[in-house]
Amino acid sequence: MIELKNINKTFKVAKRNAGLSEAVKALLRKEYSYIQALRDVSFTIKDGEMVGYIGPNGAGKSSTIKIMSGILTPDSGECSINGKTPWQERIAHVREIGVVFGQRSQLWWDVPVADSFELIKDIYKVDDTAFKRNLDELTELLDISEIIRTPARQLSLGQRMRCEIAASLLHSPKILFLDEPTIGLDAVSKIAVRKFIKTLNSERKTTVILTTHDMQDIEALTERILLIGKGKILLDGSLRELKKRNSSHKRLTVDFVGILAEAGKGMSFTENLDGHAEIVLDTEVISVSEAIAQISRQVEINDISVTGATAEEMVVSLYKEFEI
Amino acid sequence: MNLYWKYASIILRSQMQYKVSFIMSAVGQFLVSFTTFLGVYFMFSRFNSVKGFTFSEVLLCFAVILTSFSLAECFVRGFDAFSGIISNGEFDRIMVRPRNEILQVLASRIEFSRIGRLLQALVMFAYAIPASRVDWTFDKILTLIFMLAGGIIVFSGLFIIYASLCFFTIEGLEFMNIFTDGGREFGRYPFSVYGEGVLKFLTFVIPLALFQYYPFIYLIGKSDNTCYMFLPLVGMLFIIPCLIFWRIGVRHYQSTGS
Repeated sequence: MIELKNINKTFKVAKRNAGLSEAVKALLRKEYSYIQALRDVSFTIKDGEMVGYIGPNGAGKSSTIKIMSGILTPDSGECSINGKTPWQERIAHVREIGVVFGQRSQLWWDVPVADSFELIKDIYKVDDTAFKRNLDELTELLDISEIIRTPARQLSLGQRMRCEIAASLLHSPKILFLDEPTIGLDAVSKIAVRKFIKTLNSERKTTVILTTHDMQDIEALTERILLIGKGKILLDGSLRELKKRNSSHKRLTVDFVGILAEAGKGMSFTENLDGHAEIVLDTEVISVSEAIAQISRQVEINDISVTGATAEEMVVSLYKEFEI
Repeated sequence: MNLYWKYASIILRSQMQYKVSFIMSAVGQFLVSFTTFLGVYFMFSRFNSVKGFTFSEVLLCFAVILTSFSLAECFVRGFDAFSGIISNGEFDRIMVRPRNEILQVLASRIEFSRIGRLLQALVMFAYAIPASRVDWTFDKILTLIFMLAGGIIVFSGLFIIYASLCFFTIEGLEFMNIFTDGGREFGRYPFSVYGEGVLKFLTFVIPLALFQYYPFIYLIGKSDNTCYMFLPLVGMLFIIPCLIFWRIGVRHYQSTGS
């Protein structure tokens, strides 16, 4: 159970203008500006939930993760994770969580991954049988048994990310924080990682909190999303609700023979080329079947498909709506 | 402590991947402090004593400082790279592991090439102990041990302060080196040779003299105040404000953007 109440965090940032003379000036007198990274952030996440935490760069996603994992101390507010305040009982708290920073490695660069795993076992004081069981399971699920004898620096990004994820799960944490786990991965690795996270959540009942810019991650994985912008939680709901909000718009893609000249009420062309058209429908004005009927009266339809807005488009429209 | 050796073994394995670099820097370290040794030697070949201390006495003093510094450095120098650990985000990782932060920082940067310096200090010790003509009774030996232990702790404290400052500035502050590397360099001579003011400062503010000057004059018989023997233990208390300062620093930690 994760509970955040009115968390605030401000960063003090030194600022100066570009240029050498300005740099010298800054040595003598520094000017600071204060950036409020989080304002009154509150939310609750139940055990076993999988939550997508989204928002544009600099919105406060990483700061929230860092507060929840005990790295940062907030200015004010309460945070209780399985009954513990992360920054006060750091050591007891972090024993129960796993953290993957997509952009930073936790493996020792020059030694085989298996050696890193051994050291992590000692850091977390995992006993031998549990370690062996976890290692066998993780190497099989993540398909890394071939590569754990290779030094980390020689792995590809996708291989390394799978090892990173395994490394953060060796101590069987109850909560897993994933900070952009699929960043920079190719399609195959992305799918492997997603599949694994899904299995982890459904089989081990691990609570997963995931930040990402990749909407496919969100679509494939999470039921619930939290949207943060400019340090404030703007939206907390399920992906389905969000889709419903945006479901009044459908996209029709039509291949046809003939000339499609006019679009009726509630229909607008986004593309109309020789024999191919894309039309956005406002379903509050015109139903899908009515639209198709209108089109088929004008032309001979070869192929037609109806799609709802993609998660990507929904998020863009959300960012617009909240002006972030 | 067990964990520390595990870290040490993994770092050793990493450094062994670059064998030549490892051996070169160990040799380099040895040569660097060997030149300081030569400096002291040549000075005494011209002047037979400095402020009433003979060559062999100064050598003993130097050996004590160098050994305690090298030992402290071997274990605690991780803090020297601490600004790097903060700015590349490695400290985030340290914070999410269920072990003491200080231990992890230390263990993440163990410098085996410093063994060169340590070796040199031991050579000097082996030479200075018989040469100093100190009558090695039990209390003198104990004093020497106190001096070494006190030195390790005080130098460690200085390294911790140095690191804690990074929490506030992100960059390390070079002026702290005056007390660490400077302490080692100036510590070649008993601190009294630098005058009353320096001695007072090094007694009450940065307690380097507590494990060097006072027990040292007791050791060579220039003073028979037995209290001096225990001053290094008082000096060890210096570590407490250092650790408090570290705690404050951790609270203040801002992390870096990702």
